[in-house]
Amino acid sequence: MLIFEKGAEGRFATAQAPKVMSSVADLPPEMLRQTRAGLPEVSELQAVRHFTNLSRKNFSIDTQFYPLGSCTMKYNPRGAHKAASLPGFLGRHPLAPESHSQGYLACVYDLQNILKEVTGMAGVSLTPMAGAQGEFAGVAMIKAYHEAREDFARTEIIVPEAAHGTNPATAVMCGYKVVEIPVKADGDVDVDALKSAVGPQTAGIMMTNPSTCGVFERQVEEISKTVHDAGGLLYYDGANLNAILGKVRPGDMGFDVLHMNLHKTFATPHGGGGPGSGPVAVGERLLPYLPTPIVGMQEEQGETRYHWIDDDALPNSIGRLSAFMGNAGIILRAYIYATLLGRDGLHRVGEFSTLNSNYMASLMAKAGFELAYPERRATHEFIITLNKQAKELNVTAMDFAKRLLDYGYHAPTTYFPLLVPECFLIEPTETESIDELEGFVEAMIAIQAEAETSAEMVKGAPYTQPVKRLDDVKAARELDVSFQRNSA
Amino acid sequence: MPFIPHTDQDIQKMLDVIGVSAIDDLFDEIPKHLRAKSLDKVPEGLSEMDMMRLMSERAQQDAGALCFIGAGAYEHHVPAAVWDVATRGEFMTAYTPYQAEASQGTLQLIYEYQSMMCQLTAMDVSNASLYDGASGLAESVLMAIRANRKSKSRKVLVASGVHPLYEKTVNSIVANQEITLDSVALGSDFRVDQQALQAFEGQDYAALVISQPNFYGSIEDVNALTDWAHAQGMLVIAVVNPTALALLVPPGEWGDTGADIVVGEGQPLGLPLASGGPYFGFICCTNKLVRQMPGRIIGRTVDLDGKEGFTLTLQAREQHIRRSKATSNICTNQGLAVTAATIYMTLLGYEGLSRVASASHANTKALAEKLTSIDGVELLSNGPFFHEFVMSVPGSARDVLEGLAEYSILGGVALSDLVEGADTQAVLVCATEVKTSNDLDVYASALSAVLASKGSV
Repeated sequence: MLIFEKGAEGRFATAQAPKVMSSVADLPPEMLRQTRAGLPEVSELQAVRHFTNLSRKNFSIDTQFYPLGSCTMKYNPRGAHKAASLPGFLGRHPLAPESHSQGYLACVYDLQNILKEVTGMAGVSLTPMAGAQGEFAGVAMIKAYHEAREDFARTEIIVPEAAHGTNPATAVMCGYKVVEIPVKADGDVDVDALKSAVGPQTAGIMMTNPSTCGVFERQVEEISKTVHDAGGLLYYDGANLNAILGKVRPGDMGFDVLHMNLHKTFATPHGGGGPGSGPVAVGERLLPYLPTPIVGMQEEQGETRYHWIDDDALPNSIGRLSAFMGNAGIILRAYIYATLLGRDGLHRVGEFSTLNSNYMASLMAKAGFELAYPERRATHEFIITLNKQAKELNVTAMDFAKRLLDYGYHAPTTYFPLLVPECFLIEPTETESIDELEGFVEAMIAIQAEAETSAEMVKGAPYTQPVKRLDDVKAARELDVSFQRNSA
Repeated sequence: MPFIPHTDQDIQKMLDVIGVSAIDDLFDEIPKHLRAKSLDKVPEGLSEMDMMRLMSERAQQDAGALCFIGAGAYEHHVPAAVWDVATRGEFMTAYTPYQAEASQGTLQLIYEYQSMMCQLTAMDVSNASLYDGASGLAESVLMAIRANRKSKSRKVLVASGVHPLYEKTVNSIVANQEITLDSVALGSDFRVDQQALQAFEGQDYAALVISQPNFYGSIEDVNALTDWAHAQGMLVIAVVNPTALALLVPPGEWGDTGADIVVGEGQPLGLPLASGGPYFGFICCTNKLVRQMPGRIIGRTVDLDGKEGFTLTLQAREQHIRRSKATSNICTNQGLAVTAATIYMTLLGYEGLSRVASASHANTKALAEKLTSIDGVELLSNGPFFHEFVMSVPGSARDVLEGLAEYSILGGVALSDLVEGADTQAVLVCATEVKTSNDLDVYASALSAVLASKGSV
């Protein structure tokens, strides 16, 4: 039942608003609203009960193993949330003077330095509000760099075909043409294809490493040399940074610019679809173009003072990407997470996420599931293909995914990357215990047995969720995206 | 090990199954010379107790001032239930609802959110959110350029009074696609200068951007502006404050046919100031434009048994399907912020939101009267305003604000800090419903004291 269908006319959570309506008689009458907006009319208890019950219809990290590939669904420490919710942080206005902002600015400054160190880059800006905006900032900086050198011939961005959809969409938002290059059967980029694709028209390449195939791109140095020799720059999509945190740094691999997903690698909550945070880090030559604002620090007479660095101090910046400071509270949570882990803890992230993933991959291979890249090491995630099951049993990756929900596991990422048919991209993360990993594999083995004996049953899954499979075609054809009182 | 559950026995068992002797062997595909040394510049980890001590000290440094700054972020009372419920793990630690059957909570909530935003703005369709108001305006500009088939222009006209930081943000984002913004000059009453507007008559622009109330708090004659723009073949992009929508004519009813795209900052709907985020951008439009909408949209449908359910819909607009032909690159948006806003709107209802809006207006008017009764302080906003106004102080606005800060009063923003070439004596001031009449008096007496000590009266 919708919240609009509960409650009664004239009811509202009285304690939550000023006691009376104040006069607005001084405002021009033709500017005043004549029709009431149809917001819910419920008591506080009705509201709390409605949304609490809605929450119970969700799978989440706090309630289930959630091995969604490429999304890094690791535990989100409660301490980070609690500390970031201290009244001094929540009450600070984004335009408060620096004299009343030293606490927050110190956190931002410290996180900038931590991220520089873990990525091996020269400068960081924390303002991008999610991975896709980080990508935008990165590619916009590449563009600004070429334009500053009056190199206007560079009109193309190269993207491997396995890339996230945000990569080509971002390149277009920055005014570039997208050139896709193939990936070989072993999961690595086809370097010969790259060599014939680059030229004076190449602005840069966008790459994820480990790639979306769940393997480390072994030829990264050759790719770097090829693109740099052609005059292009290298963009690192940090979606999979969790795999290599503390083990290898993008700056050392030859990348010129990258973004990180703090909601993945730095354990900030995913929130049912955000807020995220997508800081960018750059090498020396892109420093002048970083998006603003950034935080700087000065020592004066033994006193440390933090200050904003804005467009006037960084005149070649690609500019501002949000009204204020991006997702400031997410930045704070990531800083707290890094503070709790410290240098040793960050180092362990890459190690244990990789250990968990390889363990699961081994168990699944031993159970007869087909790995997409059996000759390769898994990184923090790995791919299985259910192509054989789809062909022989008519049970698809989608069917396995839906049946997993009945076993109490969130499904892995399905049908991505597009080049592996009927695939699962499985990312367990370092915070899961061996019991959960084994439980998931056992569920997969059980579903395989069900698929062999009662395929139709599997194809009808899920059975234990608030709804069965939904009619997506109807949703798009008979568009109903807003409640209308008379249509109820 | 913080947040890593492995015992020594677990590790050994796992290595044995994998068939390697050490965790490090799992990285053998990475060229040796690329392997990172230790992260020396990252400090040692802290225990939760020590971390809380450090963060409490830092939070305390920023706490305690009485804040009269608005300028795009507004201090409203946030009911306790809002974040208590929004931060339930089931909302906070889920992700994008790709598996609809296991995400009905988030999906239904977003459908309800979309419905509430349509009600507030009197528009047909809302999406699931954009990052913030400023980047939301950039998406609206891109959307208008795609949608306005009558116009060949890659230019958009911006009425003066749109937030200066929004204009900067839009520029950073759309300039890469050779889209340019032209501004209409500001009139002396801090509203659109009608004569300056007439100069654009007959020119080809994809859209006119109108802010209501505008950055200076002034209430614009949006009906006339909307009809003018439509007569010129421009789409109308409305930038609105959601609290003000409880009092002012909603954009769907502006002029003869209403605005085409409505965008704004969702922060006033239950989100704390929190240094600027996370907030969320809302965007609504007419049915006609829905296929040009960026971001996620949730639809109501039925399941195999005919039971009502909710799912992501019209995904063919989005990057994960359309790649380089998507309407936007946006993927992760501001889900949890929207969760809080939905609970906020539910608790307050239209009645509560109207009271919040009217109390904010009344407080701001009262504050304007108190402050401008001080010698040398003048009200510059001479038209109607909502919950912000511009005043002129003797000497430099920056100096006066610094003086007030020493009394722990953040008295507003100096216009010249945000608007190029603005009057250096002008201050933009805001008072919402959270301020008591005593708070207003405290501000007034501090301002008197600061001006007296500067000897500038």
